[in-house]
Amino acid sequence: MKYVIILAVSILLIAHQDYWNWNNPSMVWGFLPFGLFYHVIISLLAALLWLLTVTLAWPVSFSEGSSKRYAEPQAAVGTAGERDE
Amino acid sequence: MNEPLLNPGQIRLLVILIYMLILLAMGVLASRLFRGTKQDFLLASHSIGPVLLLLSLFGTTMTAFALVGSTGEAYRKGIGIYGLMASASGIVHSLCFFLIGIKLWKFGRRHGHLTQIQYFRDRLDSPLIGFLLFPFLVGLTIPYLLVGVIGGGAVIQGMTSGAFPAWFPVLDGNGQATPAHGALPEWLGSGLICLVVVSYVFIGGMRGTAWANGFQTLVFVILGVVTFVLLAFKLGGEADLLASMRAVTERVDVKYLTREGIPPTYFLSYLLIPLSAAMFPHLFQHWLTARSAETFKLAVVCHPLFILVVWLPCVMLGIWATTLELPPSVAANQNQILPYLVASQLSPLLAGLLTAGILAAIMSSLDSQFLCLGSIFTNDVVDRFLGRNRLSDRSIVWITRGFVVLIVGVTYWISLSKHPSIFSLGVWSFSGFAGLFPVVFAALYWQRLTEAGAISSIMATAGSWLILFRASNWGANKEFVVTLPGSEWPFHPVVPIFACSVFALLVTTWLTKPPGQSVLNRYFD
Repeated sequence: MKYVIILAVSILLIAHQDYWNWNNPSMVWGFLPFGLFYHVIISLLAALLWLLTVTLAWPVSFSEGSSKRYAEPQAAVGTAGERDE
Repeated sequence: MNEPLLNPGQIRLLVILIYMLILLAMGVLASRLFRGTKQDFLLASHSIGPVLLLLSLFGTTMTAFALVGSTGEAYRKGIGIYGLMASASGIVHSLCFFLIGIKLWKFGRRHGHLTQIQYFRDRLDSPLIGFLLFPFLVGLTIPYLLVGVIGGGAVIQGMTSGAFPAWFPVLDGNGQATPAHGALPEWLGSGLICLVVVSYVFIGGMRGTAWANGFQTLVFVILGVVTFVLLAFKLGGEADLLASMRAVTERVDVKYLTREGIPPTYFLSYLLIPLSAAMFPHLFQHWLTARSAETFKLAVVCHPLFILVVWLPCVMLGIWATTLELPPSVAANQNQILPYLVASQLSPLLAGLLTAGILAAIMSSLDSQFLCLGSIFTNDVVDRFLGRNRLSDRSIVWITRGFVVLIVGVTYWISLSKHPSIFSLGVWSFSGFAGLFPVVFAALYWQRLTEAGAISSIMATAGSWLILFRASNWGANKEFVVTLPGSEWPFHPVVPIFACSVFALLVTTWLTKPPGQSVLNRYFD
């Protein structure tokens, strides 16, 4: 799955370089320039890609890290604006 | 007829002041939960959940650059700005959260790091790297801070136009009032922003900052959408929204509807800019506040959508502004485009509320940046010189606060000089941070990386960044590009900066002895 995600990110980055739209003056729905519309789609696809990534390719080691914690030193000092109650 | 109690500029100012009072109250409230430890002041004791992490990460990365800067740059160059920064950041920022942020969170949690310098010092077993990174990180963050401070001043000036004509008269050569007539001058607006942010950071620490960020992100996203809809109606002049947007877009010159003014190689080189997110010190600190690795999931997925919601309206407003006949002083200063649109087209009360939304975006980045620099100073400089644990947590918290006040003062002082566009200044700051990306990436994923390799990469980045930034007249030359020898293809200066960093890192690492196994065992399974 890791390689599928790497491939998908690479494709998205290549699709981001849309030289074919450079001077395209056409409009979508009469108000959104096509070049802008295209990049809005890229943003939406990015969100979809990251949704698939965290759902299907979340590394187990990430979650394992949560169990090993640095012990926070015990200290309680009162300073101006700091309350202990 | 009775004269109104307050003029429109004063009404807008009043709304802004009320909003700032709310933020201060939030800082006071957060301070009531303060546990008295430096972990709590700097990292909110790793207690931040997914929604607040998403809002605070997004609020931190969206600055005056995203609102005031993007509108001004779209006014100058058209729709290409969205592809340059927004859609690229949607892919690359989340990639950085996923590949860099979660791993750094994991190591920070395991080894008790409070700053990214502590991570590098420990990972590379190098006390020297901290002393090298500290001045460079501060030096790169100051232009980023300036974006917020200058942007805040510009917005407040634009919004308080006509508020106090007797106190701040600004007339043109013919004795006619300019848009800045009677407005709070930029130095005063910037000062007000600095004062409010430093106050709630001072009082509330990271918890206050995260709360204020979360609240402000909601404010600026909601009010941003409202601003867009209202301005679309006003500029289009039709009865329904779609017809209004069509009407105003029809009047836009075709060069703003395409990427005519942006060379493709320049566009390509901008893909490196969002890599800067991997090395923002303030973002690192926010990553460490997360309760668990799962907390990151929402931020990774929603970040591209939030960028879309903020940048798309701003870019549309920027190109629509090209259809208006703007006063020469506004047209010449692209930082004033958004404030002018809001102040000139909407009612004072509404404009005041929307200004609060714009200022929310600005302040939600400044607070994290100020706090983070204070944190780096106390942990990586003071602690190192005086010896670990010689200072009480109480002293550390106060030293952090003192350094924050110092940095705010220095930033404010620099902001008083003549400054370039927010967009240009922001991109220069990002370019330097992007040059440091190879160091953090290699530290996390390449066991062979050596102390000398990382140090030479940092020095190569610092050197090339300084040379090029100076060559651009400290960002004043907005058209500054580099070209490959023998070609006419323009690239953004981030390309040679990044190339120098990678080259120095690889060559020096291969020429020096591999790191010891005991260090690697701590960071590689």
